[in-house]
Amino acid sequence: MGVEGIGARVARKEDKRFLTGKGRYVDDMKVAGMKYAVFVRSPHAHAKIKSIDVSAAKDMPGVIDVLEGKAMKEDGIGSLICGWMIHSKDGSPMNMGDWRPLAYETVRYVGDAVAIVVADSLGEARDAAEAVVVDYEVLPAVTEAVDALKPGAPQIHANAPGNQIYDWHIGDEGAVDAALASAAHVTEIEIHNNRLSPNPMEPRAALGIYDTAEDHYTCYTTSQNPHVARLVMSAFYNVAPENKLRVIAPDVGGGFGSKIYIYPEEITCLWASKKTGVPVKWTSDRTEAFLTDAHGRDHVSKVKMAFDANHRVTALKVDTTANFGAYMSLFSGAVPTYLYATLLSGQYNLPAIYANVHAVYTNTAPVDAYRGAGRPEATYLLERTMETAARELGISPAELRSINFIRQFPHQTPVIMNYDTGNFQASLDAAMAEADWAGFPARKAEAERRGKKRGIGMSCYIEACGIAPSAAVGSLGAGVGLWESAEVRVNAVGTIEVLTGSHSHGQGHETTFAQLVATRLGVPLDSISIVHGDTDKVQMGMGTYGSRSGAVGMSAIAKALDKVEVKAKKIAAHLLEASESDIVIENGELKVAGTDKSVPWFQVALSAYTAHNLPAGMEPGLKEGAFYDPANFTFPAGCYICEVEVDPDTGKTQLIQFVAADDFGNIINPMIVEGQVHGGIAQGIGQALLEGVQYDASTGQLLTASYMDYAMPRADDLPSYKVSHQTTPCTSNPLGIKGCGEAGAIGSPPAVINAITDAIGNNNLTMPATPAKVWAAMHGH
Amino acid sequence: MYETNYHRASSVDEAARLMGDAGEGKYLAGGMTLIATMKQRLAAPSDLIDLRHIGSMKGITVNGRNVTIGAGTSHYDVASSDALKAVCPALCHLASHIGDPHVRHMGTIGGSVANDDPAADYPSAVLALNMTVRTNKREIAADDFFVGMFETALEEGEIIVSFSFEAPDKAAYQKFPNPASRYAMAGVFVAKKGSDVRVAVTGAGSNGVFRHQGMEAALKAAWAPDALAAVTVDAGMMMADIHGNSDYRANLVKVMAKRAVAAAG
Ligand SMILES: Cc1cc2nc3c(=O)[nH]c(=O)nc-3n(C[C@H](O)[C@H](O)[C@H](O)COP(=O)(O)OP(=O)(O)OC[C@H]3O[C@@H](n4cnc5c(N)ncnc54)[C@H](O)[C@@H]3O)c2cc1C
Repeated sequence: MGVEGIGARVARKEDKRFLTGKGRYVDDMKVAGMKYAVFVRSPHAHAKIKSIDVSAAKDMPGVIDVLEGKAMKEDGIGSLICGWMIHSKDGSPMNMGDWRPLAYETVRYVGDAVAIVVADSLGEARDAAEAVVVDYEVLPAVTEAVDALKPGAPQIHANAPGNQIYDWHIGDEGAVDAALASAAHVTEIEIHNNRLSPNPMEPRAALGIYDTAEDHYTCYTTSQNPHVARLVMSAFYNVAPENKLRVIAPDVGGGFGSKIYIYPEEITCLWASKKTGVPVKWTSDRTEAFLTDAHGRDHVSKVKMAFDANHRVTALKVDTTANFGAYMSLFSGAVPTYLYATLLSGQYNLPAIYANVHAVYTNTAPVDAYRGAGRPEATYLLERTMETAARELGISPAELRSINFIRQFPHQTPVIMNYDTGNFQASLDAAMAEADWAGFPARKAEAERRGKKRGIGMSCYIEACGIAPSAAVGSLGAGVGLWESAEVRVNAVGTIEVLTGSHSHGQGHETTFAQLVATRLGVPLDSISIVHGDTDKVQMGMGTYGSRSGAVGMSAIAKALDKVEVKAKKIAAHLLEASESDIVIENGELKVAGTDKSVPWFQVALSAYTAHNLPAGMEPGLKEGAFYDPANFTFPAGCYICEVEVDPDTGKTQLIQFVAADDFGNIINPMIVEGQVHGGIAQGIGQALLEGVQYDASTGQLLTASYMDYAMPRADDLPSYKVSHQTTPCTSNPLGIKGCGEAGAIGSPPAVINAITDAIGNNNLTMPATPAKVWAAMHGH
Repeated sequence: MYETNYHRASSVDEAARLMGDAGEGKYLAGGMTLIATMKQRLAAPSDLIDLRHIGSMKGITVNGRNVTIGAGTSHYDVASSDALKAVCPALCHLASHIGDPHVRHMGTIGGSVANDDPAADYPSAVLALNMTVRTNKREIAADDFFVGMFETALEEGEIIVSFSFEAPDKAAYQKFPNPASRYAMAGVFVAKKGSDVRVAVTGAGSNGVFRHQGMEAALKAAWAPDALAAVTVDAGMMMADIHGNSDYRANLVKVMAKRAVAAAG
């Protein structure tokens, strides 16, 4: 591996600037003449806009202009769209309601934007925003998806009757029903997956700059995928043609999915910049973030799992109602379908699966992918159900899982996925050994003597990363391809720039991607720079989400490196008067294998650019690009074990230990991987114990609109994690990488809840398992 | 934040005078509540009169068992005072659990008590330790000070200058923090001085901080956690919100009271 190459624990190159406050985020950007924007937002969850009066606001000090949605529509700016088409089971396309960047007829959730104020200072813009008078006719609102489907519920979009966006299904219902009818045992359970707010440390921001002379726009934005943002803003929102729109996502302080989507604010800032003639910057405050960042999860599911007399699962039937909020966000359609139901086989050999998913509008913030996106919902459902079944059947949870594990690969599930490789028993065994599962009864007895309730729970998860291949996702409704691009530019002195279509917003790409190059070319890490996040620099890319940057983004770099190596070897062979097939690249030199003849890397680079002595017919330069479209998803999997102690007097859960045993395939930088696992588990524990977006059911007001009421995990809520890896290299990409970005958030919630329900002896518990809820479950309140 | 005029007072009298001249003035202490409220545009004082530079409002003096704490003393200074720890460690413990280090270095006891947040910690100590609240105009007994949520006996422009009390024989504070804000979901301060026992509850009551007579009587009869077993905490008097219903809070009050008695020894 070497000290800097693949497999080394290299400290992150980017940390110096982040830790010393030298990062450059959108809100740090200042350009000449820049003004500040504030959005006027709906205080109502559902209302008709009768009139908007901006006259007083326009007269306020410092105000440049106050712009409304009607003018935006007249200027041809398009409505926001969901980029993934889902068809209902009757073949009809999904019912997508209109989402205007600035509403001018109807508002559908608290926070829906209705106008933008541009002023000299932020304070003046705020003052003026308060002076905008909107006359609303308040309509009844509904916040829970199950309620929105009931007859008589308020209608949110005219073209989505009964608030249903789609009624989708997958699998063989007949086979599942037959298996349920003849089962030796059926476990039934209702599963709630709580709604989460993404809470990246950096709030969203946008800076729109219109250049009159060139008729050109620049957009600085907090995006996980600037190229997708440019594509969508050009092709669907008519902001500007692609060649007239540059999108830059500089340092971005976390996304967790919420910065994949293109929101009203960036479109509006660009349009407002043209209208006002000044650059317009908007930065969300924390309450705006709670109100308007796309939320995650929010499923209610009914589950039936059938077993034969040998405790083998014979069928799984799932009916899920998914809350989409007031509008269909960019990827929303795919989340409770192809990112969720296709993972319902878990790690198990499940002969028959049927899932029916109802996608529903409510008067709440849009819901879309959040760390894990669909896969945490599938894992939580499956692993809570397995645990419940083990308790009902009276066998150990480990044994029930073991009996049902898939042990031969490749494995075709009944729900599309084809797992290439894995070793689920290895992770289960490793986790149980690390957690000293066998010693648990003694620990429980000791806790009992102190008046505490101990519990232990496990979760065996599988997920799908690097969503692909493009043709397959296209056939399932995706509006884009899901390949990645890379360009390797070798400079004349041998230093290297790697341009990638992936985007780093905390993942450490500047380090891991450079480690790949260092391994391949034997050059120092410091001589390699990773360039990303600017549509003027990187031609095209699909961005970072779904743990795709390693498996897909680095594979593209590997392909481009292949081409660079081929050309470099040709040059070296020419310079060394050797055969191209005898040249090897080692320690920064190109050598003739088995001889002491070599030429240093920089010499080859220089020769490529001086072009004084190249092989006949060779073009000068050393720069290669590649697009990589994977052959399959990758399938990280693992086993998590959580041990808790509950205080019966207060219902408070203390995490005693948390063990993670993951198979991520090959690992580039173990330290960064561990960091991803730690962060993911923190978010998963947050979901299990603390976090939950709550709306007032009758008014649709957001009750958890600040950290006073939305509980984020803090350091002292969390134990030290014990992390290990069991490795089966992925077979579908050249690096054998599976991905690690989401696993922690996917695998951990069921382990925590299985442990608490084990401790308190009551299985009837929903997330977040707050002390109040646990106490009520223990004491029958 | 709306625009406001900032004034720095160097004495209590000057502060009161500045307030008299102001339109809609507010005193500023640590700003940990007030500034946040102003940033959210929920408060719009025309003038801010900063009390932080008034030396006479800061510091802790302990004379025998008599304690005086200046209203401008930070939570950190209360938490880390050795003199106070020697006579009333319970109060140091309480202060050490308010917010986070930033808040404890900025926030003041006077600001907390004047603000009287129903989930704040200090009001329970003021009641249980039977503190005398000294203002620039008068002395107010603890039992007369708290009127309701965010409501005290302070008159317009009145400044809390200090708090004084005689240290109890035994005392302890136990707090069950709200998982999100870490203010008190239920905080109980118990204090025993001679035959007198005071039990004050914060965070849980639907009308702010209060003394619990039932628990006081039980503990006067027998100073032991078990003495509270038969006492009922009326859920009807408790607050209910997304973090816990009134049954849960009533339970917490009793559990925290028992733990406080146990901790007081
Ligand atoms: C993140 C965070 C966490 C917190 N956690 C807790 C917690 O766990 N427990 C808890 O109890 N509190 C908590 N607080 C509140 C904190 O203790 C505040 O410091 C306190 O409530 C107010 O004190 P201050 O000195 O900051 O007052 P300020 O915010 O400056 O003032 C508050 C109010 O009191 C008035 N005032 C201030 N001083 C005087 C005076 N001498 N005489 C008359 N009126 C005066 C002001 O005019 C204002 O109306 C938290 C605050 C934050 C920001």
